Amino acid sequence: MPAIIKDGTIVDDSWQRLTAEQIEQQGLPAEGDLIVPLPVWQAQRDAIAARAGRTAVCLEPGEEPSEIAADLDRLPLVAIDFPAFKDGRGYSYARELRTRYQYTGEVRAVGDVLRDQLFYMHRVGFNAFQIRADRDIEDALNGLKDFSVTYQGDVNDPRPIYRRR
Amino acid sequence: MYVYQDYDRQLLNERVAQFRDQTRRYLDGQLSDDEFLPLRLQNGLYIQRYAPMLRVSVPYGMLNSTQLRTLGHIARTWDKGYAHVSTRQNIQYNWPELENVPDILAELAKVEMHAIQTSGNCIRNVTTDEFAGINAAEVEDPRPWCEIIRQWATFNPEFAYLPRKFKIAVNAVPNEDPALIGVHDIGVQIVHRDGETGFTVLAGGGLGRTPMTGEVIGEFVPWQHLLSYLEAILRVYNKYGNRDNKYKARIKILVKALGAEKFRELTEAEFAELKDGPITLTADEVDRMRGHFSEPAYDGSATDQPAALTEALASSKAFNRWYHTNVHAHRQPGYAAVTLTLKKTGRAPGDITDTEFDAVADLADQYSFGELRTTHQQNIVLGDVRQDQLFALWEALEVLGFATPNLKLLTDIIACPGGDFCSLANAKSIPIAEAIQRHFEDMDYLHDLGPIDLNISGCMNACGHHHIGHIGILGVDKKGREYYQITLGGRGDKTSRIGEKLGPSFEADEVVPVIARLVDLYVEQRQPDELFIDTYERLGIDPFKERAYASHH
Repeated sequence: MPAIIKDGTIVDDSWQRLTAEQIEQQGLPAEGDLIVPLPVWQAQRDAIAARAGRTAVCLEPGEEPSEIAADLDRLPLVAIDFPAFKDGRGYSYARELRTRYQYTGEVRAVGDVLRDQLFYMHRVGFNAFQIRADRDIEDALNGLKDFSVTYQGDVNDPRPIYRRR
Repeated sequence: MYVYQDYDRQLLNERVAQFRDQTRRYLDGQLSDDEFLPLRLQNGLYIQRYAPMLRVSVPYGMLNSTQLRTLGHIARTWDKGYAHVSTRQNIQYNWPELENVPDILAELAKVEMHAIQTSGNCIRNVTTDEFAGINAAEVEDPRPWCEIIRQWATFNPEFAYLPRKFKIAVNAVPNEDPALIGVHDIGVQIVHRDGETGFTVLAGGGLGRTPMTGEVIGEFVPWQHLLSYLEAILRVYNKYGNRDNKYKARIKILVKALGAEKFRELTEAEFAELKDGPITLTADEVDRMRGHFSEPAYDGSATDQPAALTEALASSKAFNRWYHTNVHAHRQPGYAAVTLTLKKTGRAPGDITDTEFDAVADLADQYSFGELRTTHQQNIVLGDVRQDQLFALWEALEVLGFATPNLKLLTDIIACPGGDFCSLANAKSIPIAEAIQRHFEDMDYLHDLGPIDLNISGCMNACGHHHIGHIGILGVDKKGREYYQITLGGRGDKTSRIGEKLGPSFEADEVVPVIARLVDLYVEQRQPDELFIDTYERLGIDPFKERAYASHH
């Protein structure tokens, strides 16, 4: 079973992420924890929910959390994809999930996820990271500890430094 | 000046360690070029034409003499003995070795300096008026607000991977734009209304290949909400800014595409959520920041126009000339601000050597409470000089070559490093600047011409701010040869304005004759005391166009 970083430790991962094409070709797996693209979720919401196993939605850049706002209480996990680590839209999406929608489930970064982005990602509300397959996950874990000081508030502690002193 | 607390220091030290490790992993092959790129850029490190270029942050242009000596030490130890003051008031080194950069950063950290976010697609160094805090015309000192913004922007986790670079400037002077807020991604104008501080917030200005001036998005943002308002704008930009084409990725393109009204609506929606939240500024915090910028120990008995000054002005024509160009009014009686011009003919505009760093540091200690400022015109300002010491300071500056009395005149050229150093450049800037300086070396003539801003950029990224020069020169590449396009009527003074293109570009050896013809036309047509820019605005571009291309007919 593949490993991910979750809540600061390396754990086995039960979730399977499928693309729209895979689902179209193979159909929906009858059981197991499944991460589906937003358009698939929107088109087959009830069929997907009726499966045995849990379901999560993956947002691509350009797909905002508002699209799933009404569904959040039935989603145990929201994945946010970084097709390229340089595309920073997902940072605002994670923050919105946590602050605007008060989402308390797992927010997972998937795609081009690298050690040097982890500290920032954690601060905007990601609590799980699927590190790119060709990278050392143990090494990536160190990225969460790059700094012990921050000026701004964040999702984990909303107080900026001038309210923490 | 802002004085670091323990946590500021800790943050810098952790940054140095982080970058040291990133550099090691890159050199070990664990990080690809592509992956290392944004990491090094967010630490001010470019790979340039000949070597990496390291851009050191000078927050809102403020430096102390200790920092200056360190900058000199770095130039001497790890570079070729000089550095460059950039148009965004930062200090750039053109020849560091990548392997040495972590050591350079560690050295900078010792004097509370860094290279954080001086490049890359993140929030860059905050800039302001070089006379901030000493300008009698400002409604209040903008520097505490700059520092508040600096801290909010530093490693802000949500905005480290924006569509494109992002620049914020703050101005506190009414009806003038010394900080160029009109051509920044966000411009913050400090205003007082009914005794309360607030901000008029502009967004969507910028130079580069699609120059435009910003639109007012927030008419009056109360001081408590400055950061929430900025955060709202940045979030809108982060979500909706164009990421497909880097040339269409700046916020100005988004504001233009949506229209100011729609952009305002989106900002207000984000702002409504952030307003009154934990990011709201507290009076304690603002007071604390203001405390860092309290005035130096001025001599309260000093008076304006002391005898020592008036006597020197009467006895030395050279001092008199310098005084009238390079010395500025100060809100404190008996004091003045002095600009050291880094624009001596034959020296690349803005360049300064290691020994000059030390010498200027000594002068700052002796004459200006140990503090100085860099300017977007690539000069240095000693902010707090007693008027009765101006003559002695001038004598010292004469020896160093920093007393060239050409401030704001035609040879006080703003120029990017251009093709001599920069790998982005299409053409050289420095030899063009030098040729113009050599042609207009008659100081009497220059003074007769009066203020003329001449700005040169080696490519359309516009680091030399050519769009806002009264005369702008842009290096362009035509079939592998260097040509120069001229713009007229730009302004970076009262309100920022983008210049108009004169017409087809010129070859390098035509630039000086063309500038001379433009200046001749001005001299022929000007009314008494009329400035170049005013004559241009009165006559329009046509007569200048006709004269510039006269030799082609």
